[in-house]
Amino acid sequence: MKYMDEYRDGKVAAKLVDEIKRAQTKPWVIMEVCGGQTHSIVKNGIDYLLPRGVELVHGPGCPVCVTPLEMIDKAHAIARRPEVIFCSFGDMLRVPGSDGDLFSIKSRGGDVRVVYSPLDCMKIARANPDRQVVFFAIGFETTAPANAMLAWQAKAEGLTNISLLVSHVLVPPAIEAILSSPQNRVQGFLGPGHVCTVVGYEEYEPLAARFHVPIVVTGFEPLDILEGILMVVRQLESGRAEVENQYSRVLTRDGNPVAQNLIAKVFAVSNRKWRGVGTIPHSGYELAAEFRDLDAESRFAVQAIDTAEPAICIAGEILQGIKKPHDCPAFGTECNPQHPLGATMVSAEGACAAYYAYGRHLNESQLVSIGGAA
Amino acid sequence: MCLAIPGKVVETFARGGMQMARVQFGGVTREACLEYVPETQVGEYVLVHVGFALSRVDEAEAHRTYQALMELDQLGELDAPEVDEAGGGEGPPGEPEAAPLKWRGGSS
Repeated sequence: MKYMDEYRDGKVAAKLVDEIKRAQTKPWVIMEVCGGQTHSIVKNGIDYLLPRGVELVHGPGCPVCVTPLEMIDKAHAIARRPEVIFCSFGDMLRVPGSDGDLFSIKSRGGDVRVVYSPLDCMKIARANPDRQVVFFAIGFETTAPANAMLAWQAKAEGLTNISLLVSHVLVPPAIEAILSSPQNRVQGFLGPGHVCTVVGYEEYEPLAARFHVPIVVTGFEPLDILEGILMVVRQLESGRAEVENQYSRVLTRDGNPVAQNLIAKVFAVSNRKWRGVGTIPHSGYELAAEFRDLDAESRFAVQAIDTAEPAICIAGEILQGIKKPHDCPAFGTECNPQHPLGATMVSAEGACAAYYAYGRHLNESQLVSIGGAA
Repeated sequence: MCLAIPGKVVETFARGGMQMARVQFGGVTREACLEYVPETQVGEYVLVHVGFALSRVDEAEAHRTYQALMELDQLGELDAPEVDEAGGGEGPPGEPEAAPLKWRGGSS
């Protein structure tokens, strides 16, 4: 445990909170973008430690959450086919579509497999030359290098029985969409640390300048988050709007150029639909022209599937920082992690699921009776 | 699921034209692709996401990040089953017949 003392130290946390209190004179709304940060904030009650004038709202940074319902339905339509071995990261198996989830398809005889790495699909495809192996290629920038390598290697090896169902999204266009909304409340951002290990943070600089908004790229540990908030508050109070790097022990401005190189070869930037939000221009990836023959949507002719979200769900407003989970009448009642109605309840990194997991759907007397929930 | 998990490189090898490694995460050892951090040596620590090393970190950072991920229940991707060369035990084993093209700087 020798490495733990420094950042566990409650005194350091108390000192950071104290500095935030001293720095803050006006009310500010700050959004954390990464789902890992959301989870850490709610689990550690960081939002409760802050002065009243600093409000945290929770952004769209969970790829499982923002994968649109119609893409889930496309995945299920493909996974039901008898010739298909459908491969996915484990997180996607529980996400309900219009008719059940991937687990239920598996229990009814579908060949659905959880993979650790996209490269596992290569082994499965070689071993099953008479079957079609389809990989559900979801994720933000962090996952793109892995998914790009699967496409590149499948093509290089001439494996014709592999295809990718691509639903890739990008963080900066989502930030731009939030800031462009007439309802926007967000004045500063905690940028996503691990996403920036791949792409760096240079591309956030034009956003900070254009919208005059501070963006501090931040880690996900409690002290990282408190320090990131302090850096954002100091910028807001002094009228600055810069990109700063709180996570410099891990991140550089340039990210990983080797990974960026392969991503640029395999993927092309495209419009993407975000669950709860709708289509955001240039907000994701599709396969580039020379890899389009690996596209599962056209190989299995599922492009036409189009699914509407339940009307009661306010996930779109939560993902944009306009509302919080408690503002939803269905939160914790008809919408819960076992029966999610929308994006922010489908994964532990979604704001509604995080609030639910740490007892924030309960009132105070219920919390006392179960000994404090979290 | 966008958080990368730090681990220690305990072995490096080549497969299918790619630099690969065995990486130790706590008590679990898994394969990871090293193509994006090709300078990595055995004994160093890397941040790994879905089987790909994305950057190198020092030992102290690796330990604190791992501990923090454990507390947040964010080590789930390491529970995914390991697929062997026989594709998980279904069907005959297979190997690539020709070494794939090196992708760095090349064209498809």
